[in-house]
Amino acid sequence: MRYVTIPADKMADYITALARRQKVVAPVEKGKGQFAFEPISEGREATLTYIPTILPPKKFFMPQYETLLEYDLHEGQKMQAVVELEEMVLFGVHTCDLAGIACLNTVFSDRPKDLNYLIRKNKIVIIGLECVAYCDEYASCALMNNHLPNGGYDLFLTPLGDRYIGHVNTYIGDSLVEEGGFFRDATGADFAALEEVRRRKREVFHDEVPIDLDEIPRIFAHSLRTTIWKEIGDRCLSCGNCTNVCPTCYCFDIVDKPNLDLKSGRRIRVWDSCQNERFAKIAGGESFRKERSSRKRHRFFRKFRYPVDRFGKFFCTGCGRCSRTCMARINLKETLAQLAREYV
Amino acid sequence: MSKQKLPILESEYNIRPARILKVRQLTLTEKLYEIGFPNGESLNHDPGQFVEVSIFGVGEAPISLASSPTRRGSFDLCVRNVGKVTAALHQLKAGDSIGIRGPFGRGFPVQEFVGNDLLIVAGGIGLVPLRSLIHYVLDNRREFGKVTILLGCRTPQNILFSDEIETWSSRLDLSFSCTVDKADPEWKGNVGVIASLIPGITLSRHTYAVVVGPPVMYRYVIAELLLKKIPAHRIILSLERHMKCGLGKCGHCQINNLYCCQDGPVFRYEQLRDLEEAFPR
Repeated sequence: MRYVTIPADKMADYITALARRQKVVAPVEKGKGQFAFEPISEGREATLTYIPTILPPKKFFMPQYETLLEYDLHEGQKMQAVVELEEMVLFGVHTCDLAGIACLNTVFSDRPKDLNYLIRKNKIVIIGLECVAYCDEYASCALMNNHLPNGGYDLFLTPLGDRYIGHVNTYIGDSLVEEGGFFRDATGADFAALEEVRRRKREVFHDEVPIDLDEIPRIFAHSLRTTIWKEIGDRCLSCGNCTNVCPTCYCFDIVDKPNLDLKSGRRIRVWDSCQNERFAKIAGGESFRKERSSRKRHRFFRKFRYPVDRFGKFFCTGCGRCSRTCMARINLKETLAQLAREYV
Repeated sequence: MSKQKLPILESEYNIRPARILKVRQLTLTEKLYEIGFPNGESLNHDPGQFVEVSIFGVGEAPISLASSPTRRGSFDLCVRNVGKVTAALHQLKAGDSIGIRGPFGRGFPVQEFVGNDLLIVAGGIGLVPLRSLIHYVLDNRREFGKVTILLGCRTPQNILFSDEIETWSSRLDLSFSCTVDKADPEWKGNVGVIASLIPGITLSRHTYAVVVGPPVMYRYVIAELLLKKIPAHRIILSLERHMKCGLGKCGHCQINNLYCCQDGPVFRYEQLRDLEEAFPR
């Protein structure tokens, strides 16, 4: 177990040094209070105080468009399954998004394994970053137990005012802190400061919805036929924003992209959304989630009930992106609170 | 280090090159394809499983297996021309190349059927996956008790495998009845929905009912079967969903917490009766 520290005013230089050697992706301010994970070449481009990015780091682990297979029909039927990958350092990942990556890891490691995902993820180095205050009123990370680090990183940084303390979690993390002599080993005063940050955090972060986490699967089991789904279904525009920005939504479509010669091309995987009406449609024309309410309900069940049965964990990280982005102002915290009220 | 593209030999998305050996037009909209692998290898599937059929440049579509694994060296797919991939498939002839992924999913529990009577209820194109079971049962006939097949179609023109049906109806080791929703002047058989055939038959206490048909059919057929005192765990169904990946990942075929491609497509009614999304509402 190794802890190190780096002065806050040296952080930008450290990121720049990292970016000299390899691709570094970090949160970047996009204006209008929005942030995005983007490749940077200088540390000063990164923003270390940010609210959850528009798209979660999912976009690097499971790209929106990804080639699964290349084919060539010029001489018979030639094909090759491929994985597209890129080595990178993902800098400044909040604990909610670390939890999201852990969910995706669970899904794609489940048999039959998804090698495209599993090979790619091992090329991505993760440097986590702790939030010492709430990003905004949409988050429910404390309810989901994701406001504190639960692993899933190579190096994890916690701001301590004039410096950051880093938890080195892997050999890769160890090599990261050797870079350029920016870090020194943590001392007793640093640990005391970390302890103080966590203590203050416990005062600030509380369950954002008055609901017992362990009760949620049971509440959902009783809420299949509640009118709450109809209420939010009536407001839903079926735009699919919530599934795009969700760190744990991974539904996809597989389509062929022929080249101009129509003889060769690629078979690609592309993000899809259960909020589209045609998502659950079959060849005979029958659609099994025709109503928006049934599609909204499906999405909530895929966060709070089905994955609990299948994988033993919730697939909501509490990042708040779905509520932040919803044009109809459907708010996850409100919906959970409503379900809990009805259940009692 | 920049973006890389590496081959993966073990990818679940790799397809097996296959060839169309024979094509037969069954009705105006359905064709039967006999498919073989270049080296004559068998698919080694279970009755009731499905494959992803791949036509490069068009895409993939999940198709039920229509033949029994007891027939080695090739397998049958019966395809209705309804979508992009199936339309392209209908353009292909014997000798053309396609790709196959699979077989996928859970088939009919044939080992559990051994020593029991079977009531097979087929509605329309539901006969296609059931044909894999019927052939399997006929190839292993002594393993099973009484076998009854009920078939329902919209009109006589929609009847699939009419030549085989003729032999089934004359065989002594199985009982076969057919009904059409709408008759034509030449039709001499039953007229009415398939559920109407069930009250008239006598079933032993050790009967398994195997039902495959269009989504709207299940509610009526299952109601009749329950009246016949067939328990929910002995009512076996195969559901149609759009399985895009076949690997329990893409989400398209999900029925509440079940994935049709991995947990199905064959289910027991017991598993489905409380699921909101199993049958049309």
